[in-house]
Amino acid sequence: MIRLLRTLGHLTVDGIWQVGFATRFLFAMLRHSGPSFARFSLTIRELYFSGVLSLVIIVVSGAFVGMVLGLQGYDTLQRFGSESALGSIVALSLLRELGPVVAALLFASRAGSAVTAEIGLMKATEQLTAMDMMAVNPLARVVAPRFWGGVLSMPLLAAIFSTVGVIGGWFIGVVVIGVDNGTFWSQMANSVDFREDVVNGVIKSFVFGWAVSLIAVFQGYDCTPTAEGVSRAITKTVVYSSLMVLALDFILTSFMYIVK
Amino acid sequence: MTTNPDSADPVVELRGVDAGYGERLILSGIDFSVRRGQLVAVMGGSGSGKTTLLRLVSGQLRARKGSVRVFGESMERISEKELYALRRRMGMLFQFGALFTDLSVFDNVAFPLREHTDLPESMIRDLVLLKLNAVGLRGAATLMPSELSGGMARRVALARSVALDPELIMYDEPFAGLDPISLGVIGQAIRKLNDALGAASILVTHDVVESLAIVDYVYLVSQGKIVAQGTPDEVRASADPFVHQFIHAEADGPVPFHYPAPSIEKSLFLEAEAQP
Repeated sequence: MIRLLRTLGHLTVDGIWQVGFATRFLFAMLRHSGPSFARFSLTIRELYFSGVLSLVIIVVSGAFVGMVLGLQGYDTLQRFGSESALGSIVALSLLRELGPVVAALLFASRAGSAVTAEIGLMKATEQLTAMDMMAVNPLARVVAPRFWGGVLSMPLLAAIFSTVGVIGGWFIGVVVIGVDNGTFWSQMANSVDFREDVVNGVIKSFVFGWAVSLIAVFQGYDCTPTAEGVSRAITKTVVYSSLMVLALDFILTSFMYIVK
Repeated sequence: MTTNPDSADPVVELRGVDAGYGERLILSGIDFSVRRGQLVAVMGGSGSGKTTLLRLVSGQLRARKGSVRVFGESMERISEKELYALRRRMGMLFQFGALFTDLSVFDNVAFPLREHTDLPESMIRDLVLLKLNAVGLRGAATLMPSELSGGMARRVALARSVALDPELIMYDEPFAGLDPISLGVIGQAIRKLNDALGAASILVTHDVVESLAIVDYVYLVSQGKIVAQGTPDEVRASADPFVHQFIHAEADGPVPFHYPAPSIEKSLFLEAEAQP
């Protein structure tokens, strides 16, 4: 019993310490974010690595998710004779939930893990220390541009995911199953509210981008500088980011659509 | 430009310094100084605290006790801004080079110039090629670090560490893994650089022969303490058992080869069998 209490206490203290350290890290990184914007080429490079190189997985996944939505939506709606609402179902599902959430989960797996691995390996091979010794702050030169690259690319990736998903749903609904093309698009246009659905989806993806990018850079910077330490940090990035995205999604959805 | 080391001000001065990591005390009671124009070697076995000494001087580690002064500035309560201002006057060669793997050889050497100067790209190109030429790798400027051997990477790192003509240069095991030709060339390059820049240099190394041939003064470190010091000639002639063992690479002497452990018989459960 005492051992259990001791373990629980240790985990709690360790958890609080980690959160405190991550918060201090966040403020230090924000304080050193000037060069990420003053020398925007540093952030552009990271936008390419985090954003452009994630496009393939985002587009392919968006297409399949949209097609599955088309099939499932049609199957469900036809039971109630409402298959004409397929366009609304596909668009609302993607803009409000699936676009930001699935894109963030994919982003964490593809770009988040890569950022953690890169920073972790730079730490393990003393590249960060070498930079520090050259009077170049690694937080400003390495960490902050990767963070802002992730924060800026995430909403764009979510938007692309949702767009491709809608096209996938249209392909299945209209081209394959035969739902009327005009009905599909007009239903969608009538039911989607710009402020309620589009803007809220963008806000969600921005918050997810912030969370995933922070976890990724923090885990890389804080990892034990060994092969095993880097590998553990990558695993933590994917696990913590996924859980954080789902938890934040619940909180944001509660505030956006329930608590008004 | 050369400076008489004996008359120059100390660039680095440690007095009664204790330092360590977490609970572990690595260095204790260290008195150490390096003057402008002086090339000083810090020698000792693995884990004796040589690299920790460099970390103290470079401000990567704070002393628990005693005083550390670099360029006359106390390192105990130095701010981040002041530390970076000091580091612009330092250069450090890391044990494994620590080259930036996403940059080419040329861009690695150009990195400190681009970060800290407003020089035009044409002048940066000339400076980088001159530095690379000094280490014999001008022809490798377009290669990536993954295409270099360990010795070549070390030479590129040496060129990078002196790109800004620092006043204090620290070398962490610069000779490890170098072939005999590179070793001799790098050794001479370290000496010439120190004299040409009028800098102070600290050379942390295991390589006795090459180091004693180029340095002005030697500190021998064992188990976190400075156990001997002197000019290369004094060290060679020393009758001190530790110095003798280290300089002549003898297995028997005051420095134990084995990390503390129970007897081999006990570890292999042979004690009972050995008894009648």
